[in-house]
Amino acid sequence: MSETLKGYKGDGLAVLEKFHVRIWSDAVVKTTRGEFKGIILPRSENDDDRHVVLKLITGYNVGIASETILDIKEIGYKEAHYKIPEKEFPVSPGKPNVKLLGTGGTIASRLDYRTGAVIPAFSPGELYGAVPELAEICNLSTEKLFAVFSENMGPEQYITLSKAIAREIENGIDGIVIGHGTDTMHHTASALNFMLQNSPVPVVIVGSQRSSDRPSSDAALNLIHATKTAAESDIAEVMVCMFGPTSDEYGLLHLGTRVRKMHSSYRSTFRTIGDIPIAMVSRNAITPLKDTYNRRRKDRKVTLLPYFDERVAMVYYYPNMHRDMIDSLIDNGYRGIIIAGTGLGHINKPVYPAIRRAAAEGVAVFMTVQTLWGYVHMSVYDTGRDLMAMGIIPLANMLPEVAYIKLGWALGQTSDIAKVKELMLTPVCGEITDREPFNGYLIFQGGIPEVEDFLRKYHK
Amino acid sequence: MQFAKGLKAPCPHGVRWRYSWGSIVFVIDIVVAGAGAATQGRPNGRCANIDFERLSFVLMIGCDGLIMGRVRHTFVPDGPAANDDSDWRETIGRDMQQGLTPGDNLKRTRELVGYVPRSLATPQTYQALGFKSGLEIHQQLLTKAKLFCRCPAGLYQGPGEYDAELVRHMRPTLSEMGEYDGTALMERKTKKNIIYRIKNETACTYDVDDTPPFPINREALGIAVKIALMLKLNIVGELHITRKQYLDGSIPTGFQRTAIVGIEGSIPLSTGPVRIIQLSIEEDACREVSDSGHWRVYTTDRLGMPLIETVTYPDMKTPDAVAEAAHYLRFLNRSSGLVRTGIGAGREDVNVSITGGTRVEIKGVAHIRWIPELVHNEAFRQKALLTIKSILAERISDPNAWKVSVSEVDAGGLNTDYAPILHAQQLGQRIVAVTLPKFAGLMSFFTQPGHMFADELAGRLKVIACLERPNMLHSEEAGPVERKAFEVCAASGSTAESNSEDAVVVVWGASEDVTTAIETIEERCRMAMGMGVPNETRKSLPDGTTIFERVLPGPDRMYPDTDSAPIPIEQDVIDACGLDLPASVEDQMAQLGEWRIPRDTYHYLLKRRLVGLIGRIAAEFQCRPRFVGTLLGHTLKHAEGKFGASQKFDIERIYELFAFASERKLEWAILPSLLTTAYQFPAMPFESVLAAVGYTPIPAERISARAAVLQEQFERIRTSPDPGARARWIMGQLRPDALGNMPLPELRSMIESVAAHV
Repeated sequence: MSETLKGYKGDGLAVLEKFHVRIWSDAVVKTTRGEFKGIILPRSENDDDRHVVLKLITGYNVGIASETILDIKEIGYKEAHYKIPEKEFPVSPGKPNVKLLGTGGTIASRLDYRTGAVIPAFSPGELYGAVPELAEICNLSTEKLFAVFSENMGPEQYITLSKAIAREIENGIDGIVIGHGTDTMHHTASALNFMLQNSPVPVVIVGSQRSSDRPSSDAALNLIHATKTAAESDIAEVMVCMFGPTSDEYGLLHLGTRVRKMHSSYRSTFRTIGDIPIAMVSRNAITPLKDTYNRRRKDRKVTLLPYFDERVAMVYYYPNMHRDMIDSLIDNGYRGIIIAGTGLGHINKPVYPAIRRAAAEGVAVFMTVQTLWGYVHMSVYDTGRDLMAMGIIPLANMLPEVAYIKLGWALGQTSDIAKVKELMLTPVCGEITDREPFNGYLIFQGGIPEVEDFLRKYHK
Repeated sequence: MQFAKGLKAPCPHGVRWRYSWGSIVFVIDIVVAGAGAATQGRPNGRCANIDFERLSFVLMIGCDGLIMGRVRHTFVPDGPAANDDSDWRETIGRDMQQGLTPGDNLKRTRELVGYVPRSLATPQTYQALGFKSGLEIHQQLLTKAKLFCRCPAGLYQGPGEYDAELVRHMRPTLSEMGEYDGTALMERKTKKNIIYRIKNETACTYDVDDTPPFPINREALGIAVKIALMLKLNIVGELHITRKQYLDGSIPTGFQRTAIVGIEGSIPLSTGPVRIIQLSIEEDACREVSDSGHWRVYTTDRLGMPLIETVTYPDMKTPDAVAEAAHYLRFLNRSSGLVRTGIGAGREDVNVSITGGTRVEIKGVAHIRWIPELVHNEAFRQKALLTIKSILAERISDPNAWKVSVSEVDAGGLNTDYAPILHAQQLGQRIVAVTLPKFAGLMSFFTQPGHMFADELAGRLKVIACLERPNMLHSEEAGPVERKAFEVCAASGSTAESNSEDAVVVVWGASEDVTTAIETIEERCRMAMGMGVPNETRKSLPDGTTIFERVLPGPDRMYPDTDSAPIPIEQDVIDACGLDLPASVEDQMAQLGEWRIPRDTYHYLLKRRLVGLIGRIAAEFQCRPRFVGTLLGHTLKHAEGKFGASQKFDIERIYELFAFASERKLEWAILPSLLTTAYQFPAMPFESVLAAVGYTPIPAERISARAAVLQEQFERIRTSPDPGARARWIMGQLRPDALGNMPLPELRSMIESVAAHV
């Protein structure tokens, strides 16, 4: 495909070639539906091949069906240069130094004509141009590690990222911010918790639910909150920092092993499960909600354990599941399986033989719960006792995604099943807790008068 | 020549006489130029018996309120005669130091601008200004659901009625072409907290921007295509949803999703064709509840309702033409039968510019009848600002070097009883005096009726710096209270740097807001020197004037909606929409003309979509269309005015009423009475309506017979010598009986023939 006709194919491409015009031509298009004047824009690859896109003088875009086009004349040329204004990030000697590591979130982004979606733009200068408040908080430096959407983050990226953070810590940074897509933010957060233990400084993962190319985006405020946390807080944990309510009011700092994305699109999608968040953060203050977190230290010691075995799978149990779901994993050489079981941690009898086979063949099988909240309790019913007897190990209140990450990390270090079991059951940082506080499970039900009163009173 | 009344008034360094003769106005100024020094300390206007360097006579001749010409003759001892009006401008400001009151300055500058009230303006007035105006007509579509979500459309929440609130802030983002929009940057300064009040029934997570858009409402798109076809626009091949940035918070996403349906068409007006730029389909915005300081509150009920926006080229050359175009487009939209009616369902934005001026948009005009006055005043506001610009150009040689100077006022030490300053003192707020070099005489410079240049600053301070009005005092305050308060503040702030050529503005508020206020004042003053008329969106006031709303956004605020794929508009969709298009407004007007229906009914008949009904009734009941048209355009309209348009009266009842009258063989003349009563009591059966208007069936012969009796009776009681009095009196007596039983013209000729036999 020629660069001058980016994104066009089929009839659309043919008509542009026929009349010798290119993308960014200011053109007059005669059609059977009348005349249109404007700049020919690139076309998104996923759109159909029967239309040409024009930007009219009013700034609107329209599509013109290629079969209606009678003639196109180029009368000028105007190529767009999309650039976030770049200003040098000011450095003040008294301010903490924060490193922003980019993985491809949409803190700052620009339009991608290839897909019609947004792609991230990223440099301290660009960020300063977009969010000048950052300069009041810290001296910011940035490094782009990868440019991937969060669904493409995986073990390789976790390892690179944890090594990069360890290096920054050793070099004396005061805090780390990681820009990340939100879909798998909690997977990365738990991976970093296991791979990077005992950090002396805050490590804050942040993103946005509304891309930064929209005025109402949560990106800027999230970034301000995250940077403030990294620069000023005494919380030396690996955390996720995202909106508390959907309102622009405060963010929450969630421990990386207890956090989960709970809504496909809400701003306040991240929630601490089975516990309360570590702290609230606003433009003006960081307000701890717990006092059991690890405190910031002056030393530069961090334990780096960058291991991961990819032969791990997670199975979300459903009624009528057959044993082949487990068998096929064993056949394909998987070494560890996390099951998200029903209720207290159950699966049906037809699967039992496969569980026995897994135990016999040295495949580690662990149980978590689909309910997300609450503990696996496999001693309450016979089913649970049977399963444990067959070799399934209950993982208390570890979240399924966290268990998946932790199992990959554990198997990356050893193939001794007993050792894996020990690693899995020894809490590293909150992935298993001794107790569930009463307010660790609060899902209010709309419609109930007192809940409605609450919603009317507070910006949620 | 007889002059009505000579009006003598002081004018700068001289005396003015104003004479009117019919509609012609003569203004004679005797100006003693260069007399500034000579008249120091003397009462204004005393110019007799002084030595002069130059003496100017100015003769202004006006007609119909328009100043047609100004003739000046200047006597200069031992020098050539000058022939310009630059010293007019030169005197502005200087004479304020010598006792000319701000009120007088306002009047004088109004004359300098050449302002005339609209009642006295003619098409030539606007031609001379280079007046141009275009329209953006917004019309809500009659759909069940909103445009991009499935919330119900058209349900409104009452004041204070909401289930939850949330707060957001808006930040500017780049356009697709890589630019920041001017409005965006302004709104960033304002730092507003936007509150949305949500009702669960009418708003969902899409409305508050927590869910991406659902596929476009096809019902709405069909209506938009239909109306675009009625306008004969070029329909696009593919709909591209675009985001139009609105950082005022009126839409929680910070942008309006909008898409072009068709472009390029025209509508015929009495003054010539007006071209259409485009028709777009878009989502409606929130309703504003309040806006005070840093808090702006909206409700989300109207948000997301489908509407179309029709935009015209600036082809209207007079205010009346703007109103005519607005009516035409409104009728056209309504004739589809697929749009909402009622308060807020149709709204107009009007763009105005004059020669040398800039496009200014007057936003959200709720009534078309307000438009002419608004655009008239805007045209003269631009003229005034251009006059200010030329004055500043003479005073300031290097505008780039111009800047304000700021001095802090010791807020605590002020001794004043001016309430806003007292309030600021109590809150411990910051007060500053801002000197505007060379701006003397301009603060009280006329801009619109009842407004002066200082109001241009105050308007921006409210919107950009979030300072509620009254938010400033200045050196040319007309009111004694404000003047005194200003002097107290100015004396406390060390305004030593300012001199008689300067103007001074005092502002107060939270420290950060005052910083924004100073920037805002400086920026607005620079605009007065630079572009003269800033690109603005202005809000209309009921008195026909406008105030600043925000910086006018441009094409840079457009951005493709990355959440939506393009939607093809196939030929079969267009064909289907084009099947049952109503007659065009133009054709309907031609039809009314052909029927010889009185012109004064057109507006009402088109607005209420009654043209079709007239045709149906006339054809069905062999009735003259002119009679039906007048019945609807006069009687029905009158009944609506008298009993209220909100009556539950089904227009179809009129057809049924004709059917009833036809069946009962009633004469048509009774229909106005029947219609009025039937409208007043929408549920009353027609039989009862007939009884209520006092109808009894009487054969025509009996009525004729009574005429003879009345004839004799009249002779006995006659008092008037008028020969026609007899027939009129008898007609009056027989009319109630005749109504419905015999045609009134027949009755009249019968009476006249009886009378002739006497």
